[in-house]
Amino acid sequence: MSEPVVLSVDGTKITAKPGQTVLEAAEDAGVYIPRLCFMKGLTPAGSCRVCTVRINGRPQAACTQPAAADMFVENDTEELLRLRRNVIDMLFVEGNHFCMVCEKSGACELQALAYRFGITAPKYPYLFPKRELDASHPEILIDRNRCILCGRCVRASKEQDGKHVFGFVGRGPDKSLAADSAHGLGGTNAAATDRAIAACPTGSLLVKRVGFAVPVGRRRFDRSPIGSDVEKPPEGE
Amino acid sequence: MSMSRLPSVAAICSTHGNDRFRLMDIVLDVQRNHQRIDGEAMDVIAGALGVARVQVEGVVSFYGFLTSRPTGTYVIRLCNDVIDEMKGALEIAAALQDELGIRFGETTADGLISLEHTSCIGMCDQAPAALVNDVVVTNLHPGTARALVRTLRVREPRGDLRRLLNRAYGDGNNAHDLVRSMVVNNLRLPGRVLFAEMARGAALSKAVAMTPAEVIRELKTSRLRGRGGAGFPTGMKWEYTRAAKGAQRYLIANADEGEPGTFKDRVLLTERPDLLFEGMTVAGYAIGADSGLLYLRGEYAYLRPFLEHVLETRRGAKLLGKDILGRAGFDFDIRIQMGAGAYICGEETALISSCEGRRGDPRTRPPFPVQEGYLGKPTCVNNVETLCCAARIVEMGASWFSAIGTAGSTGTKLLSVSGDCTRPGVFEVPMGTSLRAVFAPCGAEDPVAVQVGGPSGQMVGPSDFDRAISFDDLATGGAVTVFGPGRDVLAIASKFMEFFVHESCGFCTPCRVGNVLLKERLDRIIDGHGEAADLDYLEELGETVKLTSRCGLGQSSPHPVLSTLAKFRPEYERRVNASSDGENAGFDLDAALAAAKEIRRSSLIQIGRGKATP
Repeated sequence: MSEPVVLSVDGTKITAKPGQTVLEAAEDAGVYIPRLCFMKGLTPAGSCRVCTVRINGRPQAACTQPAAADMFVENDTEELLRLRRNVIDMLFVEGNHFCMVCEKSGACELQALAYRFGITAPKYPYLFPKRELDASHPEILIDRNRCILCGRCVRASKEQDGKHVFGFVGRGPDKSLAADSAHGLGGTNAAATDRAIAACPTGSLLVKRVGFAVPVGRRRFDRSPIGSDVEKPPEGE
Repeated sequence: MSMSRLPSVAAICSTHGNDRFRLMDIVLDVQRNHQRIDGEAMDVIAGALGVARVQVEGVVSFYGFLTSRPTGTYVIRLCNDVIDEMKGALEIAAALQDELGIRFGETTADGLISLEHTSCIGMCDQAPAALVNDVVVTNLHPGTARALVRTLRVREPRGDLRRLLNRAYGDGNNAHDLVRSMVVNNLRLPGRVLFAEMARGAALSKAVAMTPAEVIRELKTSRLRGRGGAGFPTGMKWEYTRAAKGAQRYLIANADEGEPGTFKDRVLLTERPDLLFEGMTVAGYAIGADSGLLYLRGEYAYLRPFLEHVLETRRGAKLLGKDILGRAGFDFDIRIQMGAGAYICGEETALISSCEGRRGDPRTRPPFPVQEGYLGKPTCVNNVETLCCAARIVEMGASWFSAIGTAGSTGTKLLSVSGDCTRPGVFEVPMGTSLRAVFAPCGAEDPVAVQVGGPSGQMVGPSDFDRAISFDDLATGGAVTVFGPGRDVLAIASKFMEFFVHESCGFCTPCRVGNVLLKERLDRIIDGHGEAADLDYLEELGETVKLTSRCGLGQSSPHPVLSTLAKFRPEYERRVNASSDGENAGFDLDAALAAAKEIRRSSLIQIGRGKATP
């Protein structure tokens, strides 16, 4: 635990600091492993499964797997890219995502990953679920149509804001995001400045009345694709 | 019974020490006394326990037997698994709806009776079966189902619901005063290990004559592997738990037998509770735990008073409690933790979450339970049958046990056999027994398909009937479900997928979404709308769910589709391939046209342009 360890990712030797996960160690080495439910500074959940890699042949979530000496990690393989694309596809058909009218467009990690994976339309059939909006809070809107159940808001509220604004209710396909009050988000102590709100990777948690403060076309992933901040530019550039 | 005599929600919390780790017990008590856990109750519980309200709501909404909506004094839960449907559960459902005048999910206007469906309740050998609150009713037919409703409506002075519903009791301990159940054991083939007689305390007195390390060595020598299905070497698990850091350790017996078609632990719990508790106590001694939990699935709540009585008897005999068998410092006791209707809690980390009063979400591994389990302490979780075997190994010796079975799979295995056979029930066979060898004893005359290991196992056909039941060949937690001629393997697979959709915890994407998608495409094929390309689609989708899911549930939930595709592919091809007239063979043009006509007719009526016809 106390010594750095050396492992290989797609044949390249990388060094992991003590306590790092495979995802973090790869990131430090300039290798981007796609992810959605992972967020720096939060306890990893391993729920979205987008960061699935093979470790010594076994599929594992890179975000929860501690790096260990001599691990043989496969990341950028045809099979894993296909599996990840399928999982992203599932997230699209599970909810109601309409990028063209979503005020998070261009700053949405789900949308950005779809671009990275070349997904123009999902191959699975849309499930068109009926989901509830919660506009009870004066400053914040919950649009569950766009929620991918990553749990980043749940964890950020607890771990970073020192609150307990969000939680999950229901089971299986009926699982949904809930606010810690009988009266919706408006009944909680949530604030627009909470890190939990900013933690949302999609347009499910939105601060009201600022949606287009940054125009479409000048947003985070309009400027550079997701993951490009991690990846080392290829040699010679 | 006036409302004022019911314990208040606050009083219930207080009874459980306002302990947030006992949230399961609290919500179960509130449900029992108030027929629901409504928003107000959630606020009270959250306040008393010092937890977030959404955490309480998260738990209440997770478990099948808990609800925030008002339910009747009596809740009838009809088992809707595939075996029950084969044995007539659909007719029972119709009779119940008709007699009650309500549909599933509803409560009668007088607030007396609610009607619900539930997943397998472990009674496949006496299906169709249902639960009325905690009371099991078996071998239902439409007449008895209607009589059941009428009995509940009599509103006699409310005494013992068991006496009201079960006029005749089953065999063995099912007739015990504390059980009083109509359930029967159907123990068709008792074997040498689990159903031989063992004197109370026989294993424990052998154990305390050894050091804990020697007990573990005995287990390792026996090569006992976990009976829940995964087959992890038990001695090794005990060793890891004992070696883990920290003074406090826990032993948990997993009696959350939820795999459809499995009911062998129910018979062990009914007839061999002492053997189980002895195994737990031996394990506690070996791993250095002073506390054990029996996680009992909500469906088996009817056994709880009896099991508590057995525990009390063992305490009186110095086989539980302080200084067991007079050995100073050997303390061990057992608490029963009730589940509340969630298959996923059979997964050991989900089970631990549930024991701690949380949603039954599996946990991230590492750390493994043997390192950080219940309340963050090293915890060993073993299946009921495993612990029973362990007791016998310590009593009789490792070599006695390992002489039975095969080299890789020692001992015997309990099989829960049901379906198209005349003698369903529990069979204890040596590991390595062929599937075919079970057919004659259970009266399976002409099996065409057998589901081995329940929905998470595999569907096999005649070419596999000579394969051996063992970890190295046909691994099974014990379910052997027989299907005879005329059964539709696709329809069976669809029922199994319905089960997984219902039982997925929803934590990870592939299991939460993928199972829904698998069922959608399978049903499309069954309905005659499939295409040849759908078979590749199903295979690829199933593989994605299997490879990317977080726990064993999602890693095996595509098996109904994948194993039937592998073993019964012609059944799929027959339905997706075009016949000579260019239509899919499984497609019924007349039925589709009739459906379209009906849609057109009803929409014309809706907009006021059509005539309602009788």
